[in-house]
Amino acid sequence: MEQISLAHIATFTGILLILIGLWGVLTQKNIIKIIIGFSLFDTGTHIIMVGVGYLKGKTAPILDEAVNLKNAANEIVDPVPQALVLTAIVIGLGITALMLAYALRLYQRRKTLEINNYNDLKW
Amino acid sequence: MFKKVFIFIVLIGFALILVESYNFTGSGEELNEIATRYAEKGPDEVGAANLVGAVLVTYRGLDTLGEVAILFLAASIIGFFLKVKLEEEKVPRKVRKTSEILETASKIITPVIFLFGIYVFLNGHLTPGGGFQGGAIIASGLVLMLLANPIKKVNHSIISIVESISGFAFVFLGILGIFLASGFLDNSFIGLGDFGKLLSAGAIPIIYIFIGLKVGSELSGIVSNLQETQKEEI
Amino acid sequence: MILKIIAIILALAIIFMALLAVLNKKLIVSIIAAGAVSLFASVFYLLLAAPDVAMTEAAIGSGLSTIIFFYVLNKIKKDRLENV
Repeated sequence: MEQISLAHIATFTGILLILIGLWGVLTQKNIIKIIIGFSLFDTGTHIIMVGVGYLKGKTAPILDEAVNLKNAANEIVDPVPQALVLTAIVIGLGITALMLAYALRLYQRRKTLEINNYNDLKW
Repeated sequence: MFKKVFIFIVLIGFALILVESYNFTGSGEELNEIATRYAEKGPDEVGAANLVGAVLVTYRGLDTLGEVAILFLAASIIGFFLKVKLEEEKVPRKVRKTSEILETASKIITPVIFLFGIYVFLNGHLTPGGGFQGGAIIASGLVLMLLANPIKKVNHSIISIVESISGFAFVFLGILGIFLASGFLDNSFIGLGDFGKLLSAGAIPIIYIFIGLKVGSELSGIVSNLQETQKEEI
Repeated sequence: MILKIIAIILALAIIFMALLAVLNKKLIVSIIAAGAVSLFASVFYLLLAAPDVAMTEAAIGSGLSTIIFFYVLNKIKKDRLENV
């Protein structure tokens, strides 16, 4: 149990989530299921990124009474990946909403949600 | 048959690439150089107790500007796509009456949710929180209001006015940083104040107010666009 | 030690909910399972010492994203019932 650190568990979960999301995008036939697969892909990537910044036994990067101010560099985890993931989560929501708006308009044109019926661009 | 083999090969290839990420997680015992510099010089240069907020608004402020621009683009494209045609707008919508628990509870809970959202982005430089979290909480309050009485039309002009003024003010504060301090989005042109009090960290609370209002109004605009394409109940 | 056990339980719950979201036939179960993945991931971020990220993921991932999916699903079902 001592070799498996928390960051390794996070990386493993993230990799599995990315693979499950990608598999959902490649094999499902319903457009809404494909969009759910994209959302799972996003969540997996964020878990890996936050896992990169984790250091063993240290605490959150907020300087209040729990952290000694002079010694802060030895007691906190890395704050830069957390700032990047914060932005990425909000943008992921915007992209999902945009994809759902496209799906709604596609359904109102063709009355079907199976992706096999949309073969206008096939050669 | 070929398709299944192809999908399998693609997934195995992705897994092999992703396993490389084990090399740079969980192996260090101390922070790298950039994080050490932010942790040591952060409270003196920026004055914010929340280091993630300090990194997000001042040290990597240009990325936040790009993110705000992308969110604005996505919200305007959704508003363009889901435009209700003019003849559909004139028909009065009949909706089923919502349950009494939802109506009564939403009258009590919605102001509290808005107040909590404003508290979260006002104290973003002292405790966990900030503009994005506060904006999302305000949008959730608006969703509760829309769920309780679906007939109520959201005034789109107010949402777009708030969003435009907030975005403009954010860029304006950044440009003020160029003239009065040392760079774009530098927050020391107001004065750093005491560490840990509410009126500290220079311009960070003001920037967070504008980011919170912008994100909140954008997400509310997205949700109300999707809500208005609902037709009446059967 | 106890933290690692909680992390392993959360990881198993995340993967189980993700498989449920992709493999199930009904759309409603898939959407709710995706919301549950976001919820468990938010608790997982708290174990990884990231309270800001946990707050954002809980508000956006399992709140607003699920609501948007349900709005679109409702609209599609209304159309299908009217035109059948």
